[in-house]
Amino acid sequence: MIRAARAILAKDLRLELRARESLPAMTLFSITAYVLFHFGLDRDSLDGELASGVLWVTLLLAAVIGVTRLFAAEREQGGIDALLLAPVDRTSLFLAKGAALFLFLCLLELVAVPAFGLLLLGPDLVAALPELLAILALANLGLAAVGALTAALAAESRTRELIVPLLLLPLVVPLLIAAAQATEPLLRPEAVTEDLGRWLGLLALYDLVFVLLAVAVFDYLLED
Amino acid sequence: MYAKGLKPLAVATVVTTATALSLVFFYAPLDADQGFVQKIFYVHVPMAIVALCGWVAGGVMAIKHLRSGDPSWDVRSYVAIHLSIILGVGVLVTGAIWAKASWGHWWVWDEPVLVSFLVVFLLYCVYYPLRFSIEDPERQARYSSVFAIAAGAFVPLNFVAVRLAESYTHPRVLSQTGGNLPGDMRLTFLVSLLAMALLYVTLWKLELSSKHASAQLKRLRKRLLTDARAPA
Amino acid sequence: MPALPLDEAGKYVAGAYVVFTVLILVYVSIIGAKIARIGRELEELNEALEERGQ
Repeated sequence: MIRAARAILAKDLRLELRARESLPAMTLFSITAYVLFHFGLDRDSLDGELASGVLWVTLLLAAVIGVTRLFAAEREQGGIDALLLAPVDRTSLFLAKGAALFLFLCLLELVAVPAFGLLLLGPDLVAALPELLAILALANLGLAAVGALTAALAAESRTRELIVPLLLLPLVVPLLIAAAQATEPLLRPEAVTEDLGRWLGLLALYDLVFVLLAVAVFDYLLED
Repeated sequence: MYAKGLKPLAVATVVTTATALSLVFFYAPLDADQGFVQKIFYVHVPMAIVALCGWVAGGVMAIKHLRSGDPSWDVRSYVAIHLSIILGVGVLVTGAIWAKASWGHWWVWDEPVLVSFLVVFLLYCVYYPLRFSIEDPERQARYSSVFAIAAGAFVPLNFVAVRLAESYTHPRVLSQTGGNLPGDMRLTFLVSLLAMALLYVTLWKLELSSKHASAQLKRLRKRLLTDARAPA
Repeated sequence: MPALPLDEAGKYVAGAYVVFTVLILVYVSIIGAKIARIGRELEELNEALEERGQ
């Protein structure tokens, strides 16, 4: 199972390396969103609640792009049928797609978070980094699980470009709440850690629920 | 097959609703803080509770569908979710009216239950475009069921998250929906809740039997038309 | 906020209950229309069969 998952993941990463479709788009989108927020809010630097909100909303919207494209390669080349003809069970397919999305999100944040620090954030980012990394890791895990599930749910729909954002965004509201609340005290002018454990706990609960849920129902998706 | 027991159920619904309404307006005392406005509570809260239970029940029926492969469970799940969405519209509108009457604003963000309800409602609204953009009937049923299960599990998770967020950013000053109602208000509330639940089940059965009849009609028409095309 | 006077509050309470009633009535009438259509189609089907029988 793990081997099959690794093979699909390797294929996805090779495709992304060769065609470079999702990641540059996600990164470019996040930088553009910062510019929009600068003009929309008419602020040169942000801190506290506003900074944390702008950062997380941008990351989540960028993630939508990745989720929309998650099964694009298979669909365009008729690969889903080939993949499903091969004796690969759905759980390994879910693991591979989730892992691909997780990696994409990490790589996106490698650019988008420092860019946020340079362009919009008032307080220093480096001081908040260790805690922020923990929040990002847990949030990416949840996003990867819920994203892979959403992408598979919308895969058979004629209007999947519409369904994915409509489905994903309400589903990530709890994740946004936890991540933004946990990040907010770190980005105040005088950074503090406040209730960090509680919000990380909520993120972990979210991750657990959606990983288990996706593993349980993935067998019924992409069948035939 | 779905209409079994519909008649006594409808009668029970009418009787309980009439009892609930007379209790609300002639028996339950006026609320000490909110006065007459608090009467909205007896329609708003039961509607919200029944809608949420309906969504969760739709998820359970979807599990039965996936387990058994019987498409009639998918229809049951679909009608339950559909009916809850309709009640959901009522919950949001009556909630807004109540907020306006008692706090002076049409919408208040520091009411975690109402905010969670909005998020869940927005999610369930996507059920229609998802369901009706899949053409193959077998796949349509399967994907809709997966959605119903995921969304059903999301309902409690979302309530926990929103409750945590609101209680940490705003100290709660209002506890009007708390469980510590005086006895006569509690009785009125429970009867209203029962009336709403009965109404939900009645309408659910009604729509199911109408759906069943139209499916049977379609089958009949198809058979007669193929017979006509190939005369003996 | 102090409680609203009765005449003011009455409008809001009436509004809430009217919203609920209208919602249910519209829903029931939509199902009624669907059932009426089923009846009409059954009638057409019956007529078509009778014609064919002759």
